[in-house]
Amino acid sequence: MIVLRQKPMDEILSMLKGFSSVLIVGCDGCAAVVQAGGRRQVEMMKLMLDLASKLGKLSGLRVGTASVLHQCNPEGVRSTLQPLVGDYDALLSLACGIGVQTMAMVFEDKDVIPANDTVFMGMHDWKEMKFYEYCSACGNCVLFETGGICPITRCPKSLLNGPCGGQANGKCEVGGWVRDCAWVQIYKRLKAKGRLDLFTKFRGPRDYRASQHPRELELR
Amino acid sequence: MSGEAYSELVRNLREGRFVVTGELEPEKTTDLTETIETARLLKGWVVACNVTDNPTAFAYITPLVACYAIQKEAGMEAIYQITCRDRNRLAITSDLLGAAYFGIKNVLALTGDYVSVGDNPQAKPVFDLDSASLVYLIRRMVDEGVDLAGNKIEHPPKFHVGIAANPNANPLEPELLKIERKVRMGVDFIQTQCVYDIEVAKNFLREAERFNVPVLIGMAPFKSVAMMKWFVKFVPGVHVPEELQERILKAKKRGGKEAVYEESIEMFSEMIRELRKTTRAAGIHMMAVGFEWIVPKILERAGMEPVWR
Repeated sequence: MIVLRQKPMDEILSMLKGFSSVLIVGCDGCAAVVQAGGRRQVEMMKLMLDLASKLGKLSGLRVGTASVLHQCNPEGVRSTLQPLVGDYDALLSLACGIGVQTMAMVFEDKDVIPANDTVFMGMHDWKEMKFYEYCSACGNCVLFETGGICPITRCPKSLLNGPCGGQANGKCEVGGWVRDCAWVQIYKRLKAKGRLDLFTKFRGPRDYRASQHPRELELR
Repeated sequence: MSGEAYSELVRNLREGRFVVTGELEPEKTTDLTETIETARLLKGWVVACNVTDNPTAFAYITPLVACYAIQKEAGMEAIYQITCRDRNRLAITSDLLGAAYFGIKNVLALTGDYVSVGDNPQAKPVFDLDSASLVYLIRRMVDEGVDLAGNKIEHPPKFHVGIAANPNANPLEPELLKIERKVRMGVDFIQTQCVYDIEVAKNFLREAERFNVPVLIGMAPFKSVAMMKWFVKFVPGVHVPEELQERILKAKKRGGKEAVYEESIEMFSEMIRELRKTTRAAGIHMMAVGFEWIVPKILERAGMEPVWR
């Protein structure tokens, strides 16, 4: 899941200054699941903008709403929004950074405004109502060797040969000894599986060519 | 590691002498006078001094230059600390080449504290390498005369490689396996994090025997009650026995700052005697940053002499 967090309302309002009409565009993909760009959040955003207009924070902004299945799909964005966008001079995207860019590409002449910050790719734990960053898209998965726990993402230093000296009693120094040390977790899992050989193995320096921006992938 | 000894540190370790190393921490300054003076003060008492690399992620003068300065101006052999936090493999390779030109013979390969604990917490953490791949880089440079990508180096450097270890680590097994990983590549010495609990040191030394690499036990004498309390409160990984805490507190009540120093001298010289008598520690690494004058006093009380003149 791509995890998003809505920007502070003041920041959104400052980006909307000078526009006379805006179409709020939600996304029914990740953004809906993380409750940052689903249909409810679209309605909520409309209420907020209407209220801001009433309070004089925005001058006479006309607000419309729409949602697309996946804002990261240009064909879907085009077919769903083409009939609607003509009336608006700005589009407020409630999707991730990919959605914002896709809309900006499809509707080149429109100003597309991001309502969210895209924060990470994560696992959602509904019991705790929390998201945890689990993958960095490094392009070279080592999860088989690390007991299904990603050290690139879950160790602040992205160590391939941890743990470092910053762990105490299995907790990580970064953030003040609250989070579990990923490498102690990896050690425990591999030990339980009788695979400490994988732990002790030296993993050489990463080849960063696998994560050089911008990456492309051709579907064959 | 066998083979030629390039440095006094390693020569002494291989001769089986009980070795002492010190630690110097040049700060955010362009003046190295104090660092050089401190190196002179420690001269003879320690065989070599570590020079820290932006310790706890504070941006200080580069240890590369400070190492050169203490070797040249104070005749103090340097142990050049390199962390992976601030530089990628290109920068580290080029610094290592420069270090060899400066006549630096010992390198301590460290991962480095995370940027969030430092004085520029907004900085981008690098960690292109980790301490294991840094050991690998140094080995390739020294043994094969190439960099990480296999590119040939003209006049390859000669370094001895040291690593850090934490005897206080809990659980200890992953720490030991991590050392094993590096020892397999070739390591000349191990310096440990500070230890206050002699049993922790003894246990670690027993476990580390299998590596057949000299281990220098780290010691950070107490400068004050505040420093001790800071350790107890903020460094959860280091066990400071109640008994030691009591002794320092009592000393403070008895005679203030001077008595705390005196108690520290007594306490750490006792620990050194005990290590020499009952363990196979190859030596000790004394970290008394900011009050290095205490090091000769502790060593003298432990019955040692300034032999490395």
